[in-house]
Amino acid sequence: MTDSFQREHRSLWQGVLGFNVLTAIVLGIVGFFVGAWIGGKIAVGHDYLIGTDQNDVGMFMGYLFGTLGWLAGLGFLNYPLSRMAGRPPSLRHHEFGGVGRYFRLCTDHKVVGIQYFFGVGIFFFIGGLNAMLMRTELLRPTEHPFSAGQYLSLVGLHGTMMIMMTSAFIVGPFANFLLPLMIGARRLAFPRIEALTFWLTPLAGLVLMSAIARNGFPTGWTGYAPLADEARAGMDAYIFAFILIGTSLTLLGLNLLTTVLTMRAPGLTWSRLPIFVWGVASTAILMALAAPVLVAAMLMGLMDRAANTGYYIASIGGSPYLYENLFWFFGHPEVYILALPGFGIVLEILPVFARKPLWAYRLAVAGMLGVALLSFMVWQHHLFVSGMNASLRPFYMLTTELISIPTGFIFLNAMGTLWRGRIRFTVPMLFALAFFFNFLIGGLSGIFLSDVPSDVTTHGSYFVMAHFHYTIMGGLVFAFFAATYYWLPKMLGFTLHEGLAKIHFWLMFVFFNLTFFPLFAAGFVGMPRRVSTYAPGLQPLNDFVSASAYVLGFSMLIFLANLVYSLVFARVPAPDNPWESKSIEWQLPTPVPVLDFDRIPVFNTTPYEYGVEDAPPVASLEPSPVPVGS
Amino acid sequence: MSEVRGQRIPRHGVRILVVWAVLSAIAIPLVLLVLGPHLPPGRMSNEASAQTDANARLTALLTPILLLILVFLAYAVVSFRQEGSAIQDGPPMRGHNGVELTWLLVTATIVVALAVWGSYTLVRSSPGAGGGQGPSAAFTPSGSSQAVPIQVIGQQWAWSYRYPTYGGFETRDLRLPVNTLVAFHVTSLDVTHSFWAYRLGVKADAVPGVDNIAFVKARDVGSFTIRCAELCGLWHGHMFGTGHVVPAADFRSWASQQQTTQQPFSKYLGPYSRTYFPLPLHRAG
Amino acid sequence: MSVAARALAVGAGVAVGAALIAYYIVGYLTVTPPVVAATGSGPQTHLTLQTVASYGHDPHPDWVSYLVKDPQGTWVHSTVFRVPAHSLVKVTVLQYDTATGLRNPFWGQPEGTVGGTMTVDGKVLHQLDPDLASHTFAIPELGVSVPLKGVADDAKNQCSVAPCTLAEAHTTVSFVIRTGKPGHYRWQCFVPCAAGFILGFGGPMQSLGWMDGVLEVV
Repeated sequence: MTDSFQREHRSLWQGVLGFNVLTAIVLGIVGFFVGAWIGGKIAVGHDYLIGTDQNDVGMFMGYLFGTLGWLAGLGFLNYPLSRMAGRPPSLRHHEFGGVGRYFRLCTDHKVVGIQYFFGVGIFFFIGGLNAMLMRTELLRPTEHPFSAGQYLSLVGLHGTMMIMMTSAFIVGPFANFLLPLMIGARRLAFPRIEALTFWLTPLAGLVLMSAIARNGFPTGWTGYAPLADEARAGMDAYIFAFILIGTSLTLLGLNLLTTVLTMRAPGLTWSRLPIFVWGVASTAILMALAAPVLVAAMLMGLMDRAANTGYYIASIGGSPYLYENLFWFFGHPEVYILALPGFGIVLEILPVFARKPLWAYRLAVAGMLGVALLSFMVWQHHLFVSGMNASLRPFYMLTTELISIPTGFIFLNAMGTLWRGRIRFTVPMLFALAFFFNFLIGGLSGIFLSDVPSDVTTHGSYFVMAHFHYTIMGGLVFAFFAATYYWLPKMLGFTLHEGLAKIHFWLMFVFFNLTFFPLFAAGFVGMPRRVSTYAPGLQPLNDFVSASAYVLGFSMLIFLANLVYSLVFARVPAPDNPWESKSIEWQLPTPVPVLDFDRIPVFNTTPYEYGVEDAPPVASLEPSPVPVGS
Repeated sequence: MSEVRGQRIPRHGVRILVVWAVLSAIAIPLVLLVLGPHLPPGRMSNEASAQTDANARLTALLTPILLLILVFLAYAVVSFRQEGSAIQDGPPMRGHNGVELTWLLVTATIVVALAVWGSYTLVRSSPGAGGGQGPSAAFTPSGSSQAVPIQVIGQQWAWSYRYPTYGGFETRDLRLPVNTLVAFHVTSLDVTHSFWAYRLGVKADAVPGVDNIAFVKARDVGSFTIRCAELCGLWHGHMFGTGHVVPAADFRSWASQQQTTQQPFSKYLGPYSRTYFPLPLHRAG
Repeated sequence: MSVAARALAVGAGVAVGAALIAYYIVGYLTVTPPVVAATGSGPQTHLTLQTVASYGHDPHPDWVSYLVKDPQGTWVHSTVFRVPAHSLVKVTVLQYDTATGLRNPFWGQPEGTVGGTMTVDGKVLHQLDPDLASHTFAIPELGVSVPLKGVADDAKNQCSVAPCTLAEAHTTVSFVIRTGKPGHYRWQCFVPCAAGFILGFGGPMQSLGWMDGVLEVV
């Protein structure tokens, strides 16, 4: 019955010439040149552009028209135009079968999840490559082998790839694939928008990488004005990429939130909701509310560069503080957008491999919602020494300290779930346990930064770097790998090689800590961030960190090798429920059928009924029809 | 609940707490007595000293918290394992009101106490703690109206300093009198920089159009490194220098002498001002 | 697909990826201006530079730039110089650009040169009216900073394409600096002379090879 959904099979030629990523690239490039030509015509004669040999108006118009071309090439305009022409609405596109559907607009949430996995993953690895290059530069205290300008571009590209592009590192692949399954739905609330949020993401990555052709950008991922206003043309790429990602995040957040609020299957009360869904819902709140502020900040920067406005320029009445406040009002919720899905993932995985229910479920929910709420009230801690109104500092110190309380709940959940459990040390469990180790160190170092006197010592130094790498990489990235090893067998249908996975884990865990723990010391002795030159006495420390970083990068190559080997060569079919999990997505066959469920399920319990005698299954997959009103 | 199906359950909680207590009893004194005095930024000024104390007490407080979780994780990994290859379920525990409430209260107390203690340091015991507070500094040490003002000008990519009470002469040489309250007025001519005098414990962003005031009272004579702590472009990492704390009489004689030798150039320098908006905004052509 | 075909596809993918990474590193990241040695040797060497108002060639015809004369006498578009350690270097700058004035007038005083002076068009000066400065040559880590006097706005025969010749309007500024121990020292211009960029500090002012460079002391 689930295969009664039509899948068309077309010839290879029809596949290549249809609306897919190839046509998107072609039309995107055409659009870029059309836009640049239009921008050139607009900007003729403006004296603030004479002498710069760069045309910011042309760049922005080019990117704008390139975006339109990209979206048109994928077929996003087809449905709106067909409706305008009077054709009837359709619930589902006629979808391609086969591999082709991963390279075009597809409204199947499972396909979007896998597209996100690879589409965002590739930028994670490009960012990682930049990190390896940065550590190569830092082997010596002088600028070698890259010069100062290229090093700053490396820093900026690494930071933006890792934060901007991987904002949806977990939410993209895993929420899109699993959220409908976990709540008993067949799709997200807005499938076409879901596809749009994905396809904007690799476009943003390509726009960002085009900065290299314009000599990069000198501001790092934070893009502070007025340095951003005076930067070369690569800055336009950064600004536009952030606008695209901000739009994508807003739409994704709204989509996920609407789905969780309105499309839960019968029997799925709020207290039975899987904790991963709670994590995604709280992240979605942050995405929907914070990302638009980023787009506003970027638009003003765009106008400063292209239209001679002065939003961020003090000499003509603007203020750099405007940018800093708008950016960090987004920026702080952004780091929780990165962290919260990680909490959801590891709390979802821990019960399965400890074989116990999630301990203190209500605290977990309170923790996630508490973090989401408080994250909007702490952003000034990035600006403690910036010269803004100092009388607010005690308030922001208090709110920043307070946010450790809900974060601490997550640790209590983990400890309670592990207590007297029967732990199986599978690779997902190893990554989940490592998450707690890393986030503990990262979170506690955050306490230093939240205390204003201590922050005066460490702000802008490598201590901050170590803190956020421990929380974001030690948190988000480890949770991503936990989720990958846990759910990829379900998502792609093939088992990953366990030996390679364990080598990946141990190398990554050990060398991650060896790379980043010494950076706390580097910050304490006074090494600032984003510098390509440092005091010669710090060379042994930096060399040790760089060597450890190389091994950390090597562990990522092992992961890639595992992916290639398992998915391309070995192709061992995965069983339906290799982890013996009680969660609903594991009760479905592998691969998951196109329409997910034969019938919309009726939920009975939480997915954590381990150790409970005669527990019913989490949901009835073949429910008898339920009378209305019961 | 110490017996299930006739089997005694080991007292895991007691074991964990005992190990934790022993480790903490060793670690906390080590942190306070051995590590503490070496924590940055040192004792060269009152503000640096306050920061070092804050860093030491935070490290000492966070050490037992770190140890508790780590001991728990290590114990769990060792003791709560699956025995054999068959998958067994653990006991279906869902929560415990007492434990949850205790955790909430303890974490809330620690966190609020830290915030209060940090505020006390910031507001009362070392006002400002060496951080830049903007033009109307909210937390001023006593005697701030007699503080020696020194203007720190950040520009791409060097620091220069003006001494307004000595005729506003400008120099690339930063000298402070010892045991005297100094007010740094940090500003910028172009983009955002950050003036970081490491051993003095001063960090204040240099923002164009803003007079960012940071107070410091140096205790010891000596030199200190100055770095830029906010990415400001190509040579951000090269925006470093060395400042000197000198005896007060030496400072006065040096400053007066500089004021005299710089006199011929002062007509070009322009008057001292809290902020500057120098032209050109765009160099035309 | 057969195993062999898959292996070929994976190999091709890896090769493409490696090629892109190699191009990224070689074609962009490690691109620097060429190193030009100072003329002469021994206890005093000679470095001849010129500053032009507009470079006149691709990639940035409208940007201001420094050029340096190599030991064979040709003008090279580079800002990376090599000088010997523990010696004197006489720097002569042929300045072809008009004056803009200094953002911070403080840089109007020459510092760090031997004698604390500079010679402008034959006259020894201790300071320069900041409004007459067109560029500066500063090596902050050696304490050197010298303002370069600009050409008058109404001068005849101004140069607009590099390299400029002695026949075109220019001022000549020379000074002697003493180098210490070996190392890499960055140097830069402090005048905000990047035309069209906000605050005058973008573009050429932030680019190695134009208004910023490295002094290699060996």
